[in-house]
Amino acid sequence: MGLELYLDLVSQPCRAVYIFARKNNIPFEFKRVELLKGQHRTEEFKKVNMLMTVPALKDDSFTLAESIAILLYLAGKFKTADHWYPAELQKRARVDEYLSWQHTTIRAKGSEMFLHKVLMPIITGKPIPAEKLQSLTGELNVVLNQFEEKFLQDKPFIAGTEISLADLLALEEIMQPLGVGHDPFEGRPKLAAWRKRVEGALGQQLCQEAHQLLLNPSTLSADKFTPELLEGLKQKFLK
Amino acid sequence: MGLELYLDLISQPCRAVYIFARKNNIPFEFKRVELLKGQHRTEEFKKVNMLMTVPALKDDSFTLAESIAILLYLAGKFKTADHWYPAELQKRARVDEYLSWQHTTIRMKAGTMLIHKMLVPIITGKPVPAEKMQSLTEELNVVLNQFEEKFLQDKPFIAGTEVSLADLLALEDIMQPLIVGHDPFEGRPKLAAWRGRVEGAVGQQIYQEAREVLLSPRNLSADELTPEMVEVLKKKYLK
Repeated sequence: MGLELYLDLVSQPCRAVYIFARKNNIPFEFKRVELLKGQHRTEEFKKVNMLMTVPALKDDSFTLAESIAILLYLAGKFKTADHWYPAELQKRARVDEYLSWQHTTIRAKGSEMFLHKVLMPIITGKPIPAEKLQSLTGELNVVLNQFEEKFLQDKPFIAGTEISLADLLALEEIMQPLGVGHDPFEGRPKLAAWRKRVEGALGQQLCQEAHQLLLNPSTLSADKFTPELLEGLKQKFLK
Repeated sequence: MGLELYLDLISQPCRAVYIFARKNNIPFEFKRVELLKGQHRTEEFKKVNMLMTVPALKDDSFTLAESIAILLYLAGKFKTADHWYPAELQKRARVDEYLSWQHTTIRMKAGTMLIHKMLVPIITGKPVPAEKMQSLTEELNVVLNQFEEKFLQDKPFIAGTEVSLADLLALEDIMQPLIVGHDPFEGRPKLAAWRGRVEGAVGQQIYQEAREVLLSPRNLSADELTPEMVEVLKKKYLK
């Protein structure tokens, strides 16, 4: 019993939850839910989270979905250091603002790039068409520009002088395309410097542990995708 | 000076912010930003919110975007009653969970239906194809089912026995298709009963104020949009 975190480290929000828990020495049981094997769609997992998404949390009989809700719950329950989710209203608002905005921007565009680059070659047998890659890159660039100009500006971190939940989640989302050989930090020295600061604050060892699966080329090789999984992903993500 | 709220009440998150502020007697200056006239794209408004979205808040020199961040900031600053955003961790988590999940589900599907039914005919000169309306309706139904089965269940409100920010925001999003004559409450007695409870908790007068735009379903006429806005909307929604 106790605290269980249902995670697949291929997933950006799962990595954020994992890193936060480990960084703060929060004791938990790691329950692996392999998305590529469809383990999020089993009857057993649906009892934990009927939305069939990861991350999910189970704390005795209390279950919870959505990484932001989970991060805030852990921060509150384990009374983590103030900078993760500052008590001061205006600093906190900066964190809330990013966490809200990112769903349909950084997260959406980063995921879209990632999924298209992974799936299209497997489904079509050919590399992603140049025009499609260009339009995905363009859309990602728009939101990365907004991230740099509005959310970072000249500050070291999103909320100001210290790292918070916003930077943690942002890093995991922005780095996702690295798993398919697209480097969003290229040509963006400000973003690259911010990444370095965030990873420095988290610790290199923990980052390596958490990022290993994503950065390993064999994790997402063609043979990992069953035809059934491909069909489902195609319908959901490729339009 | 003081608190300024930049709002267009045609927007769901704007209504939620307006209703919350009025319900809690929070003094503010209402700054109208007419989306259809492109007023969110002016240089003046960009100084308040460079993301060019509504709602936006300006509290002396502090500016803030994103309705969730704004609602939480107002709740904290004006120390509103606990039930709006409960201090108890697990109740609060239920609110956070909905506020996070809704961006890409309820907000997206209910909002898209309005965009297509109201705006697409103006920018293309043709009504929405029946097939498209059907698929939009089905997608909305999927998330409404999830809302009823996971977020409401047998509880009076999302967090339990009392209304919270989650219900406030959810109701404005779910009602949005009423503007174009699509009734999401039809055939959903549980959802309709929940709506009655939320409206009862807030009070009819405030809702009437906030929802003038919803009271009579209408077709937008082309002259309500500036040519610039037609172009912007074409690029955004016609792919």
